[in-house]
Amino acid sequence: MKRNIISAILILFCFVLQCTVFRWLDFGGIVPNLLIILTASFGFMRGETTGLLIGFVCGLLTDIFFADIIGFYALVYMYIGFVNGKFNRQFYPEDIKMPMCLIIGSDFVYGFVCYVFLFLLRGRLNIGYYMMHVIIPEVVYTLIVTIFLYPIILKINYRLESKEKRSAKKFV
Amino acid sequence: MSPVIKKKGEKFTLPSKYLLFILTILCLLLVVLTFNTSLFNGPLGTIAGYIVVPFQRGISEVGSWMNDRSEELSEIQDLLEENEKLKQQIDELTIDITRLQQDKYELNNLRELYQLDSQYDEYEKIGARIIARDAGNWYSSFVIDKGSNDGIEVNMNVMAGAGLVGIVVDVGPNWAKVTSIIADNSNVSGKVLSTSDNLIVSGDLELMSEGVISFSQLIDSDNQVVEGDKIVTSSISDKYLPGILIGYINSISADSNNLTKSGCVTPAVDFEHLEEVLVITELKQQIEE
Repeated sequence: MKRNIISAILILFCFVLQCTVFRWLDFGGIVPNLLIILTASFGFMRGETTGLLIGFVCGLLTDIFFADIIGFYALVYMYIGFVNGKFNRQFYPEDIKMPMCLIIGSDFVYGFVCYVFLFLLRGRLNIGYYMMHVIIPEVVYTLIVTIFLYPIILKINYRLESKEKRSAKKFV
Repeated sequence: MSPVIKKKGEKFTLPSKYLLFILTILCLLLVVLTFNTSLFNGPLGTIAGYIVVPFQRGISEVGSWMNDRSEELSEIQDLLEENEKLKQQIDELTIDITRLQQDKYELNNLRELYQLDSQYDEYEKIGARIIARDAGNWYSSFVIDKGSNDGIEVNMNVMAGAGLVGIVVDVGPNWAKVTSIIADNSNVSGKVLSTSDNLIVSGDLELMSEGVISFSQLIDSDNQVVEGDKIVTSSISDKYLPGILIGYINSISADSNNLTKSGCVTPAVDFEHLEEVLVITELKQQIEE
């Protein structure tokens, strides 16, 4: 229960930050993708189910506010969360390289899928331009933000987990 | 044994594979449904609006304050130079104004003769503040802090200063989503003010970084349209009110078919620093089908 509430607050926090504060702190009109960081890190920290649920909620929020059709971003984020959940077994809190790689990979895949479905299908073929001006800058900026945001998420997760373990011990 | 069946004394859990499958179906259904109808926008928008909008409103105030401070510092030097230039410009403009006032006097008289209403001043407008911008980097839509409670409806035109900003595409009780004319998925039917030739103005992500948008399908066989001409919304558009300034022609070139022309338009609105907008609370007259 407590975990659900904290997850909801985190999602809301990241979403609001992304479309307000980071819009003012953008570089060349590019904002980092905090929701991908959240979805991916919950995916590999907590497993497939949590990853896909967090992704679904993040995507749905984006859909309601900024998309013409509801369901597209929810689908993309959900699958990213699910795939990241597959790496749960290889995850150690001390290791920062794998989470970084996963988040970069997720953001890149996200950008590419968005390009294919939202632009390529409308006949915008200049993939080089979109790659250099939207996808790659977004990945780089997201990576920089990850360095600051990821330890916070990790710490929150660690706190919650240790609390859950303690209360579980009581019942044994 | 099926993994979904609940065992006695065990907490009910659904394997992630099944959950993924169910939610995928749900998403696809939603996509198909919302592609054709706006069935879910109402209730979902209402709920999300009450949860998220208050936060966005507060934080975007803080964000814009921080942005203002940082820009103030970096722009002092520019402002000093600009001030010099502007002072010179004021002198020139004062002369122009006196000349224009005479013209306007004449124009008013002529309008009365023709019983033409002066257009744009007469539209009812309400001001709104931008509280959030698109979360992704692909389109440029934004959310404003007025919604259906304030009388805003879908398809209302949005202006800032003297130019067209975009159109309301989605409304909640206390928020509304505006797609700007520079967004890649937006098309506006416009006309060249001087020659009344129609054209299509469409947003383009590739050109957005240069601060221009593209136009196409201009039929100008007499080569009368030149760079710097004003483009306004045309009267044949079914959503945009006529006569709102879109921008000025920046470059123009003939298409390969030699019949139409296309090029770039510099928008009249500074989309980079947009904070407050005006929503015209008048809808284009629709013909009942």
